[in-house]
Amino acid sequence: MRISRPIVSAIVLLALTACGSDAEPAASSNEIKVGLLHSLSGTMAISEVTVRDAELLAIDEINKAGGVLGKKLVPVVEDGASDWPTFAEKATKLIRQDKVATVFGGWTSASRKAMLPVFERYKALLWYPVQYEGLESSPYIFYTGATTNQQIIPGLDYLKEQGKKKVFLVGSDYVFPRTANKIIKAYAAANGMEVLGEEYTPLGHTEYSTLVNKVTQAAPDAVFNTLNGDSNVAFFKQLKSAGASAESMPVLSVSVAEEEVTGIGVDNIAGHPVAWNYYQTTETPANEAFVKAYKAKYGANKVTSDPMEAGYNAVYLWAEAAKKAGTTEVEAVRKAAPGIALDRPEGRVTIDGENQHMYKTARIGIIQPDGLIKQVWDSGEPIKPDPYLKAYPWAAGLAAGQ
Amino acid sequence: MIRRPPPFAAAIGRHLPFAAVAAVALVAAPLLLEPFRLGLLAKYLCYAIVALGIGLAWGQGGMLALGQGVFFGLGGYSMAMYLKLTEAGPGGLPDFMVWSGVAELPALWTPFASPVFAVGMAVAGPVALAVVLGTLVFRQRVRGAYFAILTQALAAAMVILLVGQQGLSGGTNGMTNFFELFGQDLAEDSTQRGLYLVVAGVLGVLYLATRQLVRSRYGRLLVAVRDGEDRVRFLGYDPALVKTVTFAVSAGMAGLAGALFVPVVGIISPALLGVVPSLELVVAVAVGGRHVLAGAVLGAVVMGYAKTAFSEQFADGWLYLQGALFILVMTLAPKGIAGIAQSVVGRLRRARTT
Repeated sequence: MRISRPIVSAIVLLALTACGSDAEPAASSNEIKVGLLHSLSGTMAISEVTVRDAELLAIDEINKAGGVLGKKLVPVVEDGASDWPTFAEKATKLIRQDKVATVFGGWTSASRKAMLPVFERYKALLWYPVQYEGLESSPYIFYTGATTNQQIIPGLDYLKEQGKKKVFLVGSDYVFPRTANKIIKAYAAANGMEVLGEEYTPLGHTEYSTLVNKVTQAAPDAVFNTLNGDSNVAFFKQLKSAGASAESMPVLSVSVAEEEVTGIGVDNIAGHPVAWNYYQTTETPANEAFVKAYKAKYGANKVTSDPMEAGYNAVYLWAEAAKKAGTTEVEAVRKAAPGIALDRPEGRVTIDGENQHMYKTARIGIIQPDGLIKQVWDSGEPIKPDPYLKAYPWAAGLAAGQ
Repeated sequence: MIRRPPPFAAAIGRHLPFAAVAAVALVAAPLLLEPFRLGLLAKYLCYAIVALGIGLAWGQGGMLALGQGVFFGLGGYSMAMYLKLTEAGPGGLPDFMVWSGVAELPALWTPFASPVFAVGMAVAGPVALAVVLGTLVFRQRVRGAYFAILTQALAAAMVILLVGQQGLSGGTNGMTNFFELFGQDLAEDSTQRGLYLVVAGVLGVLYLATRQLVRSRYGRLLVAVRDGEDRVRFLGYDPALVKTVTFAVSAGMAGLAGALFVPVVGIISPALLGVVPSLELVVAVAVGGRHVLAGAVLGAVVMGYAKTAFSEQFADGWLYLQGALFILVMTLAPKGIAGIAQSVVGRLRRARTT
């Protein structure tokens, strides 16, 4: 039969497209919809899926404990596809179509910058769980990861304490590394440190022999690494084969956590320091429960990391704010949020009312041969978030673009 | 015996499908769709404008342009620069320049404060680039896979250029956070509805113009160049000129689409104009049916819709479905959706006449 082919394909086509019709299950009165918007495909998926999983775990736990305001949380999961415009589109969908109470999402600064106008336009709430470059404070975003004075600056303080005077800056070519390096240079100038070089490679870059050559020839005391994603694998491998060791030239990373260590290969990175606010090994009762619950849900060989913990916290912090407000209405939640303090896996986390960032404890850790990270330094108490670095005289002018 | 309809009815019959689609797009869609869905449709239609250009260059002219994202991006960035400058106000700096440490507005940016210049450049820039590229390439008789590779390399180079110039282009982030266009608040649903109508109108006009072009003597020449470039040359025509003009027209369309895309979607970034999005558009044209202009337009809308629908329904594995759709259409109907439609209509006609 000659007609079969086109008709079959027409039917298949119709069936496939019909799959995605607008039939959204309406939220019943005893449910609250919340959006989870992370990259589930593309280059960022490997990192962001783990944050999504941690957020789902938090939602599960909260539901088991009775939900929020007597209602169950229902997650609506969307894929940002490692593509910034898609983040903006899906954020709009979650807000306007699904009418979620809040959204937990994002990883890269680019995705946050793309979503920011959407959340401000529709006066909706975003909880952003990853450390970032600061210089931002949107009234419709809560930042549960570290800003620069809770990660980069403690990292520099650590290097200074270790007597490292000459540093080399290596980063991926986008806004976080560039801004971080601007801050590092200002810090170095004020603290008698010398920046020997500053190199950027595109995201996803994997050819590092030239760059490693430059670094080893400059012979710095330490390298400050703001590379993101896959690039770290190639960079650390090629650094190791060039004969550099963690003792003679430690590479301090701010975007390499437990999850990434496995990908890079423990052999290539063991002994190097990292700066975060949380490690799987952090000793708090809340962390013991978190690690146990996460492994029980997703598998014993899974690790927990700082952005996962920040995403996990975000759900609890929002739930707490909604309980305090007595409603999930955005403005009421925003008003209720300041001052909320919870004992989380990383220790006490408090929402700062002024800039909607968190008080967080800074921690420096050394990557161990078993792939976990051992803390060697911490800030003692949670640091007040200061996204515009107003409290640092040497940083004056950074926010103004000079 | 075949019943011939009278000529007047034939003329109406010929325009009926277009009129029906136009009525649905211009009247029914804005009335029935929610603002968010209408915005998405406007986005698909922007892509459809690029696809129309690809349909012309590839379907009619045989030039497999894998880097249309470059022209789309030039148009988009021109518009975005204008929007950023109106937002910053006279003497102000766009937000991303502030956090990239740029102290003074770069000279390249200055003329884009004028909307006429920005919109003009959105079309003229891509056309100029296509003319230069086309003249160089087609004179050298570069064609087929070599031309395709060249355009693709251009798309890759463009992304690297934009990412590397963070202070000038916003880097990987691109540009976002636009507030108003020609004094209209972009956040308003009415503005977005107006934009949708503009996009749909532009697509309609361009479609009719391109169809006219294809039916003209020039269009026949273009098809002849596609099917036998050397013969056309021996007949005394200049195939390089024909191809350059076509390539430039398709580039101009992509540029205009980019300029419309930015206020509709609210962001432009290198992710929208690299190799992958350029390829996606070519895939969409193939799915729709590259030999028919309407097929190219339809393909862009169908693939755009499928992407949204699949990803909303199956956030975890939608890419597989998207791929499956492409493979299915290509294996079952190599001529795309337009090919299916044509054969169905053909069969119905035959069934009626026998």
